[in-house]
Amino acid sequence: MAVDTSPAMDPAAGAKGARGRGSRVRKAGTPPPSRIRNALTRHWYAWAMVAPVVLVIGLIIGYPLVRGVYLSLTDANEANVERTIGINHIPATYQTVGLDNFQAILKDQVFWDRLSWTVTWTVSCVALTFAIGLGLAVLLNRRFAGRTLYRSLLILPWAVPAFVSVFAWRLLYNEKNGILNKVLHGGGIDAVPWLNDPTMAKVSVIAVNIWLGVPFMLVALLGGLQSIPGELYEAAEMDGASPWQRFRHITLPGLRSVSSTVILLSTIWTFNMFPVIFLLTRGGPGDSTEILVTYAYRLSFVNSPRDFAGASAWGVLILLVLMLFAVVYRRSLRKQGEVW
Amino acid sequence: MRDQRRGPLASVGLHTALVIASAVAVFPPLWLVVTSFKPKSEAFSTDVVKDPTLRNYQHVLGDTEFLTWFGNSLFIVVITTLLGVFVAATTGYAVSRFRFPGMRPLMWLLLITQMFPVAILIVPLYNIMSTLGWLNQPISLIVTYLTVAVPFCAWMMKGFFDTIPVEIDESGRVDGLNPFGTFWRLVVPLAKPGLAVTAFYTFITAWAEVAYASAFMTGEENLTLAAGLQTFVNQYTSDWGSMTAAAVMIAIPAALVFSWAQRHLVAGLTAGATKS
Repeated sequence: MAVDTSPAMDPAAGAKGARGRGSRVRKAGTPPPSRIRNALTRHWYAWAMVAPVVLVIGLIIGYPLVRGVYLSLTDANEANVERTIGINHIPATYQTVGLDNFQAILKDQVFWDRLSWTVTWTVSCVALTFAIGLGLAVLLNRRFAGRTLYRSLLILPWAVPAFVSVFAWRLLYNEKNGILNKVLHGGGIDAVPWLNDPTMAKVSVIAVNIWLGVPFMLVALLGGLQSIPGELYEAAEMDGASPWQRFRHITLPGLRSVSSTVILLSTIWTFNMFPVIFLLTRGGPGDSTEILVTYAYRLSFVNSPRDFAGASAWGVLILLVLMLFAVVYRRSLRKQGEVW
Repeated sequence: MRDQRRGPLASVGLHTALVIASAVAVFPPLWLVVTSFKPKSEAFSTDVVKDPTLRNYQHVLGDTEFLTWFGNSLFIVVITTLLGVFVAATTGYAVSRFRFPGMRPLMWLLLITQMFPVAILIVPLYNIMSTLGWLNQPISLIVTYLTVAVPFCAWMMKGFFDTIPVEIDESGRVDGLNPFGTFWRLVVPLAKPGLAVTAFYTFITAWAEVAYASAFMTGEENLTLAAGLQTFVNQYTSDWGSMTAAAVMIAIPAALVFSWAQRHLVAGLTAGATKS
């Protein structure tokens, strides 16, 4: 029975264990194992444990990823991929076209329009969600009657599955009969085309996404606030610091590590936020609310003929944008002395 | 938590702000519930309770495929959760406890795969599923949801295992358990809260997924809830009564599970993402 791989917390014990095993092995009369055999006996257990994940990632992320990159270099579409109609099997006839897809996309104004709207959407959603979440967390981070009740009401949007909430919002936004317009009508204001006017639709989708995102921010930041020692505030108060100074110099620095994580997560989530746009406006009116992800989806599953190559090329570009963002973000955190 | 004295004015301001925020948070789902009890013709009336009726619920349960979709969703989600949690737990444990060649690349892989957008994987996955003849089969969604859930869950489980003292493992070794026995008999029982949260995370991710479900499933009897709900209100029909009733029945179980798990969830999300 092999013992185990070196324990993480105690390298000395691991080394001792290895030596003990080595001597035992030699006593049994086997020749000293080669380096690979040695590594295998030492680590087989850890490798066996991670094998399922490596397999899963390799088969259902790695392979499709490689294939996606490959498709982006071809002219694959609905009409020339491998397919089976009835009993007839039609082999694939698409060809490699090099970087043509990328060239075409980057030359096309559509990509830059979608990119700039996606960035606007991501930045405004994340910034506003963070600001509102922080504001509410600061309000809740004190003792008062009804605190628990407020907290559970405020995180309700998180408890409801997102696609259900989006339909609830469509009910409210309905132009002719929705309650929002009825209320406005009662106040003598004309009906607002919430989802049917390009600009209003943008505002509306951002509002829904903020509504969906605030609870996560709120709970995460509240956790962060509670880990800031109260003595810091008392000391600052004694030194005559104003509430704003206390917020600026104690609260914000104290929240840095939790907020760098939630901002990163929420940026990636928002950038790729498919359901809100897809279910609320289907990218419309026209393609005014289409973000990169939903546009790529439209290319391959909504438009006809389905343009698999184009959609893959969009996917590759989206991935590049995200990776660029992660690198820049990490570097800026490093500069501030974060170890992330 | 801070304990300070407030003037009455500050108190009023505090409560006003929180009441407004709570109202905004609660109103859309509440209105959904209210609408679901209205007769079909009155779906958009502003009266809160006028002739409340259960007709919408009866219609959804009796005359539509709702129960089939519910069954499809439940089946897909339960299988995904079981597989996902098991796979994520072994990996999380290995990464948390052992230093082995290939660990660092693996950690990076887990982190990076969280960034992959639907957009880049959906087309190749669709083609693969169509080649395998898996379109419209639950297995296509199970496999796909594993790609979404497993990297994140492994990362979260590592955070949970890090909080379990190593002495437990050592005592297991001293008692002559092999590493797998240590993991299974000693560590897994202690990690139950973590496992529950990971399971829950997988559950809601799969329960609420829209893009893959809409692309891979086409026949009406194969839809999941997220895709099925779209059939009530689209460019051809707008049956708001049925939609709201179905939405309420989808949301209530999810909300109940959520209220139980959310505290641990945030700890897991942030811990898993910060520690490395």
